[in-house]
Amino acid sequence: MSDIQSPLPGTFYFTPSPGEPAFKSAGESVSEGDVIGLIEVMKTFIEVKATAAGTFDSYVIDNEQPVQAGQVIAKLK
Amino acid sequence: MAIQRLLIANRGEIAVRIIKAAQALGITTIQIYSEADETMLAVAMADESICIGPAPAAQSYLNVEAIIAAAQASHADAVHPGYGFLAENANFVRAVTAAGLIFVGPDAELIDMMGNKIAARQTAIKAGVPVVPGSDGAISDLDEAARIAEQIGYPVMIKAAAGGGGRGIRIADDEASLRRLAPQAQAEAQAAFGDGSYYLEYVVVDARHIEVQIMGDGKDAVHFFERECSLQRRRQKIWEEAPSAALDQGTRHELCQSAVTLAKTVGYKGAGTVEYLYEENTGRFFFIEMNTRIQVEHPVTEQITGHDLVAEMIHIAGGAALSVAQADIHMSGHSIEVRVNAENPAMQFLPSPGTIDQLSFDHSNDVRFDHFLYEGYTIPPFYDSLVGKLIIHADDRQAAITQLHAALAGTVIKGIETTIPLLMALTEDADVKSGQVHTNWLEHWLENNPQIFN
Repeated sequence: MSDIQSPLPGTFYFTPSPGEPAFKSAGESVSEGDVIGLIEVMKTFIEVKATAAGTFDSYVIDNEQPVQAGQVIAKLK
Repeated sequence: MAIQRLLIANRGEIAVRIIKAAQALGITTIQIYSEADETMLAVAMADESICIGPAPAAQSYLNVEAIIAAAQASHADAVHPGYGFLAENANFVRAVTAAGLIFVGPDAELIDMMGNKIAARQTAIKAGVPVVPGSDGAISDLDEAARIAEQIGYPVMIKAAAGGGGRGIRIADDEASLRRLAPQAQAEAQAAFGDGSYYLEYVVVDARHIEVQIMGDGKDAVHFFERECSLQRRRQKIWEEAPSAALDQGTRHELCQSAVTLAKTVGYKGAGTVEYLYEENTGRFFFIEMNTRIQVEHPVTEQITGHDLVAEMIHIAGGAALSVAQADIHMSGHSIEVRVNAENPAMQFLPSPGTIDQLSFDHSNDVRFDHFLYEGYTIPPFYDSLVGKLIIHADDRQAAITQLHAALAGTVIKGIETTIPLLMALTEDADVKSGQVHTNWLEHWLENNPQIFN
């Protein structure tokens, strides 16, 4: 079990663009460096990458929600 | 009817700027804010404030319904849009006027026209303002292309008529390269869009961005001279000055006059900026667009002319005629504005929102710092990274750069990263000091100086 945290405060997105499927879904394998989501900070989009390999469990916050730096956004199994 | 209760439909430093101007005129100010902006300086300064929705701009500062509802609930009689957000949104203007309120700016039809590139270009041509030469319509015949390119003058840009963006653009320096490149562009456009026709447009090499500040009351219009904003990164201006170092008096007069002619042709009402590309080696200038709002860089114009542009636009919106005649507008000295952004230049300009732990800067007369910071304030991550504008006014350009360097060195903003190291480096650069810059200069400079912030 490992958590993926937001590196910056901002607005979290778990899809590459509106209407598209999420970057990861439950049970999907995750490699270190895989893009898990996007953080919009001051009109710039920053990719959030997995810092460890594992199996994707779930996003723990909703799409397009404000996040704080260090807040957990997704969990790996 | 003079404005008595002004709603500020914006945030950040421009909200602070508008509140100061309005309060000096004896107007009651009403500041809107999102749930993320309750602690911002403009809310503390305004006479009244009203929350309009959640943090995302789409649900707050871009939410026309919520803003109109706030204006009505607070009994505002006018709305100042600032810049960005809804400032050039004609539908917002229509909603404001439909609610019986004054919009501080031109009317919706004019905003619509200037927001449409083709309509704006046609209006400029009608007013006799030079535009970037180009083919009037799409071309598909090579001999015709060569004949038109000869009239336009080389270099020319070959752009697919279908599609959009910068895709497939080629630049031909002479007829031989046009005859080689145009068929390639045609084949590519045919394959990509099913339409091989293309446009030609003159390429202004090493263009300088020069713009003219105008103000109109619907009948008359005046200019407040030009600003040069050639130092840009990703099409964002970061350093603006007035006057331009590139213009002689004759060209300045001609340029400013053409902006006034355009403003008078359309019966312009409010503050506006006519933007041009300036070709230094030929002394030619070309209209690119007109912005129908107050601009970020308006302070340099205020510094050299001594006129308060925000106050003037509020006056005019309230029904007054222009308070100044052209003969009363003079420029004196040189002013430079630099934009301080919450970004880390050593990390590819990564945004850096956060809490201001310490703030101090030069308060002397020749230094103006338009900002919205205070110690303990947390800059939210949801909006633009601009945190302040440092503005210098000195006797001449050289003195302004020297004083700017000192003012930047004396500006302390702790708790966040800012672009001050970039701005400091620019004040020390030989090209910047001699004024030898153009709109692509800064991007090249950043590429060529990757170690500058390490």
